[in-house]
Amino acid sequence: MTVETDPSARFAEFAHPERLVSTDWLQEHLGAPGLVVVESDEDVLLYETGHIPGAVKIDWHTDLNDPVQRDYIDGAAFAALVGRKGIGRDSTVVIYGDKSNWWAAYALWVFTLFGHTDVRLLDGGRQKWLAEGREVTTDRESAEPAAYPVVERNDAPIRAFKEDVLGHFGHPLIDVRSPEEYSGQRTTAPAYPEEGALRAGHIPSAVSVPWARAAADDATFRSRAELDAIYRDEVGLTGDEPVIAYCRIGERSSHTWFVLQHLLGIENVQNYDGSWTEWGSAVRVPIVQGTEAGTAPAPR
Amino acid sequence: MTSTELPAQLAEIREDFLALEQSDRLQLLLEFSNELPALPERYQDHPDLFERVVECQSPVFIVVEVDQDRAVHLYATAPAESPTTRGFASILAQGLDGLSIDEVLAVPDDFPQTIGLTQAVSPLRLRGMTAMLGRTKRQLRERAAALTA
Repeated sequence: MTVETDPSARFAEFAHPERLVSTDWLQEHLGAPGLVVVESDEDVLLYETGHIPGAVKIDWHTDLNDPVQRDYIDGAAFAALVGRKGIGRDSTVVIYGDKSNWWAAYALWVFTLFGHTDVRLLDGGRQKWLAEGREVTTDRESAEPAAYPVVERNDAPIRAFKEDVLGHFGHPLIDVRSPEEYSGQRTTAPAYPEEGALRAGHIPSAVSVPWARAAADDATFRSRAELDAIYRDEVGLTGDEPVIAYCRIGERSSHTWFVLQHLLGIENVQNYDGSWTEWGSAVRVPIVQGTEAGTAPAPR
Repeated sequence: MTSTELPAQLAEIREDFLALEQSDRLQLLLEFSNELPALPERYQDHPDLFERVVECQSPVFIVVEVDQDRAVHLYATAPAESPTTRGFASILAQGLDGLSIDEVLAVPDDFPQTIGLTQAVSPLRLRGMTAMLGRTKRQLRERAAALTA
């Protein structure tokens, strides 16, 4: 059962307005049959400090990643996870989180790997809900378990691997990390510990567009005109070519992936989740340091 | 390293965590987060006395004090929007409080990795706690050197 979409004029200007709901819309629809609200945060304890009534928690670290291989969980594990959270294949899933929906967008991207059709973001996320003084609760999570079919992940349309990036040279690449990570001064975001990559810099020809440029101060997405100015006018994306976005482990670039695919309607956008923690440690891959993008090597 | 080297109050915190299932460990971390001791009044309007733990993903500030009886006290601030980091600060503030200088300096640097949270919390965050402990010890060495000077 699918819940009606949010008809806000603000969303109508986006390519896929059905992918966003406002805080007003969510307030009105809390408890609607078929709707499951999911919180997914960077800080794994935030949900416990207070969450939207009825929301369930999905932890990016312990729930969505395979505990052994560096990969996402498989179809059986996903079915067990979301079934436990009361999500059915037809459920309308609205995800929200901290840090301008950074991790919420990541969770949405993983839901998309499994082909879950109706998954949306709460525009403004946790920050906006709280700023508006809306109700939160510390009730323990409770959900009526649902039967979710085992659907194998379909990575190809929206997920790029290292080999895909090597073959992609000549087409647009977007590096969504901080300027310091891009130029090679650091391997992790400022104020985050140095971790996880042996070399610093960026993938040759990748353009630097830090992910948070797409978010306004109140954590909502910027308007269509503002996003077009960044990604179409400044970066030069036309929508005619495939695009790959990356960051450090693929979470910040999920936010950009969402913007390009669902808000601007660019087809064929992939998120390279191996990102800098793989590229910056891989043997014999080209790297550019400094603020210039550098030229694309021949695809291989 | 053996657990017998750990001061009793830190050992107790570790045992409390290890006795729980993973999800309950997060709940205990939340309790610590909520119990982060308030700053003594003399520190409340003195951000200049605090050192930022830059390795943490959220703004965390610490100050280490040695009292007249040469007992150590760690004070920390961390925002409510960062409950995990607050929880780590609280574990150290409560776990180190009142120990002697030597006892604090002898706490193993890998203590944060031994309390059973490596699966529940991302490695980046645990590194933040390790850095908090490291900075605490460094401040304490400076204080101790000043006391003997």
